[in-house]
Amino acid sequence: MTVATAGRPRVPGFARGRAVSAFLHRHVWLRLGALLLLPMLWLVVAYLGSLAAMLIAAFWTTDSFTGAVVHHTTLDNFRQLVTQSVYRTIAIRSLGVAAAVTVVDALIALPVAFYMAKVASARTQRLLVVAILTPLWASYLVKAYAWRVMLGEDGLINWLLRPFGLHGPGYGLVAVTMTLAYLWFPFMLLPVFAGLERLPDSLLEASADQGAKAWRTFRSVVLPLLFPALVAGSLFTFSLSLGDYISVNVVGGTTQLAANVIYDNITTGGNLPFAAAAAFFPIFAMLAYLLVARRTGALENV
Amino acid sequence: MSSRPGIISDRSRHTLAAVTGLAFAIVYVPLVVVVINSFNSSRTFGWPPRGFTTTWWSNAWHSSGARAALMTSVKAGLGATAIALLLGTMAAFAVSRYRFFGRNTVSLLVLLPIALPGIVTGIALNNAFRELGLPFGLLTIVIGHATFCIVLVYNNALARLRRLGGSFEEASMDLGAGIWQTFRLITFPLMRSALFAGALLAFALSFDEIIVTTFTASPGVQTLPLWIFANLFRPNQAPVVNVVAAALIVLSVIPVWLAQRVAGDSVTARR
Repeated sequence: MTVATAGRPRVPGFARGRAVSAFLHRHVWLRLGALLLLPMLWLVVAYLGSLAAMLIAAFWTTDSFTGAVVHHTTLDNFRQLVTQSVYRTIAIRSLGVAAAVTVVDALIALPVAFYMAKVASARTQRLLVVAILTPLWASYLVKAYAWRVMLGEDGLINWLLRPFGLHGPGYGLVAVTMTLAYLWFPFMLLPVFAGLERLPDSLLEASADQGAKAWRTFRSVVLPLLFPALVAGSLFTFSLSLGDYISVNVVGGTTQLAANVIYDNITTGGNLPFAAAAAFFPIFAMLAYLLVARRTGALENV
Repeated sequence: MSSRPGIISDRSRHTLAAVTGLAFAIVYVPLVVVVINSFNSSRTFGWPPRGFTTTWWSNAWHSSGARAALMTSVKAGLGATAIALLLGTMAAFAVSRYRFFGRNTVSLLVLLPIALPGIVTGIALNNAFRELGLPFGLLTIVIGHATFCIVLVYNNALARLRRLGGSFEEASMDLGAGIWQTFRLITFPLMRSALFAGALLAFALSFDEIIVTTFTASPGVQTLPLWIFANLFRPNQAPVVNVVAAALIVLSVIPVWLAQRVAGDSVTARR
């Protein structure tokens, strides 16, 4: 501090503020350190620390009589997860649901975002953006609940289908996929919409001028340029679906997904080590996805 | 901007408009059904509604469990938002104004708590709190929520800082203002709307979150989503749960309105 105050008027208080300011101004590393210290303490020490502790706990077991955690390193939890076919089925089912939700959302988001970005008038566009953002603020649980009401035996869907002699999917895997796709739709739509907004109209015109039909322009011009936005959106739809056990409980009937296994082992089973071992699956599935996504440069869009 | 003839044929135009209309209808129908059902005199909510009643609304208004849960949710949201504002802004400044080793990792690190499935963050924190002997309650809920809310403030602040560039700050410093003065008079006013948008998103996410909360709350301290989930499968409570759900749907208009008024495009630029 003395270095920085040299040659300045020594008015207490004000001068000290100035001195600190000048000192920081000269020492870039100190400024950077001061800015990064708290966020990094929180995210690296507290958050990554907790994650690491949980990953270590996965190698522990619980005493089958007392239920207490035994701090003895073993691969038993993983052996059980890998060898018992029920867990393999659940893992594949979870990946399938997450992938299906992502594809459904992308397929709906593309035409809707295209209409919003390139066809709708400025006024309509503003209205639609507000219209898609508004339900985002409605509680996630409430929306899952709304689908429980819709899909119920006496619900709206069955009421609509009955005149055609049809019956809705009821509670189950299809209901879960529909509900999740509904829940995460805005997370896919918004990045795709933003990506299309950035896409200059002149590119579409140029493609049309060269004789490309709508579908060809979409496939050869729009889609490649939109790819990072789609990856950014899929990051949310995939991850959010993979970690969800609420919708499964609300509209899934007896269906089990990966997150249920983790949840049930903590709440009813009281087996934290086994839950932690089961959590390896979504973590590594997601990390793999993130790393691939980073290579496409899509993280800049998130 | 209004109409762009030429590029897109009329037929594609109409098809796209129809798909968009259908998609938006699907977005709103379930929400409208919940609101209508809150006045449905049938306890089982068969469709179409059998009659009109306001009994459920008055029952919900007097439900002490729902009120206590609402208060917890508001407190948790405010606490988490305050922490997220501080940490998110600091990290955004570091990343936008300095070049350093591991700069890209900061973005990934901030994103991680929301990119990893909520259940993973949930049990990791649950395990850590247990090992540290921290009693479960409002504090642990706030810590959990703040962790995944940082990214929302960070993204908004970072986008704004990148758009602003550093020239305003340089000009201020050249004119003799110190770091604090520059922040107070130049940087902060320019960032205010972005920070507000980030804070609004953070609060909304915290208010809505249930998965991480499940593992960081105690049985005595419930947030509103936890209360709804706990009462969802009790046939007795169904009408009250439905009213709370309807109320949340109607109330969700407020933050959108606020965001449009105060923050302009910052919120719509959310990704």
